[in-house]
Amino acid sequence: MYLGRVIGRVVATQQYEGLEGVPLQIVQPLDETGAPMGGSLVACSAISSGPGDLIHYVDGREAALALPNETFVPVDATILGFVEQAVVGNRDLASDLEPSR
Amino acid sequence: MQIAKIIGSLVATQKDEGLRDHKLLVCQVHNHENKPKDQYVIAVDAVGAGPGDLVLYATGSSARQTTLTKDRPCDAVVMAIVDSWDQDGSNVYEKWSE
Amino acid sequence: MILADVIGTVVSPVQIKALDGFTLLMVRPVTPDGKATGKMRIALDKVGAGVGDRVLMIDEGNSGRQILKDASAPIKSLIVGFVDAVEVHGKLTYDHRQTQQP
Repeated sequence: MYLGRVIGRVVATQQYEGLEGVPLQIVQPLDETGAPMGGSLVACSAISSGPGDLIHYVDGREAALALPNETFVPVDATILGFVEQAVVGNRDLASDLEPSR
Repeated sequence: MQIAKIIGSLVATQKDEGLRDHKLLVCQVHNHENKPKDQYVIAVDAVGAGPGDLVLYATGSSARQTTLTKDRPCDAVVMAIVDSWDQDGSNVYEKWSE
Repeated sequence: MILADVIGTVVSPVQIKALDGFTLLMVRPVTPDGKATGKMRIALDKVGAGVGDRVLMIDEGNSGRQILKDASAPIKSLIVGFVDAVEVHGKLTYDHRQTQQP
């Protein structure tokens, strides 16, 4: 499970059955300083996240298990929750990294 | 999932029995600016994508979670065709304006 | 299982149901020598670890689901133990007692 920020959205009408209505969002993984960690990826969202939100997500097979309805779907990353506070040392990444919306 | 462009299809006559009826696509991975990267993936098609389409593909054991690829020797599957893509408040890609 | 250092805490009030009631911690995998390696992760805490602790972590879903006794939990990274000491080639590379503040 990793820390990340939602930076965009993807819309796909033609997709594998069982994924209808599942939001697809671009996630930039972040490291412990809040800096980008590797390249961005597309993840399904199991919560009502949107661009700008700090989130945590799971990758691999577990990603499909997080979806509310159909769990036998080809999904390899899913957003699990909002991150309201992420404290490293005496710094809160969530308030330091408030994006300019 | 990663975003990629279908740049071709691939035919292999001699292959594992498990992949007999599968359409194989050659995908070039795109970065967050929709620029092609020097990275290619061969993926099984689960949605009817074709050359020129911008698609999403899933990798690893997740790729075997379709009825088409269940228990098959497959580690990448095209599972969605991208219609539009917004990022940082601006539109990166729109299928119908291509 | 891998060794990791707990480096921070995460508060996530709105998240999927399966994670309710668990503590999330930021962890950084380390080599047996204590050097940071690999990507920073967010892990579920099963043992009550805190910032500064070196822990044993599972980063594979199937084992995690067995531990949580939940066949459908979408969980991958799970802290399963405290590390008291690590010895490599006869040399002590980590001793929990020495990290304690007097």
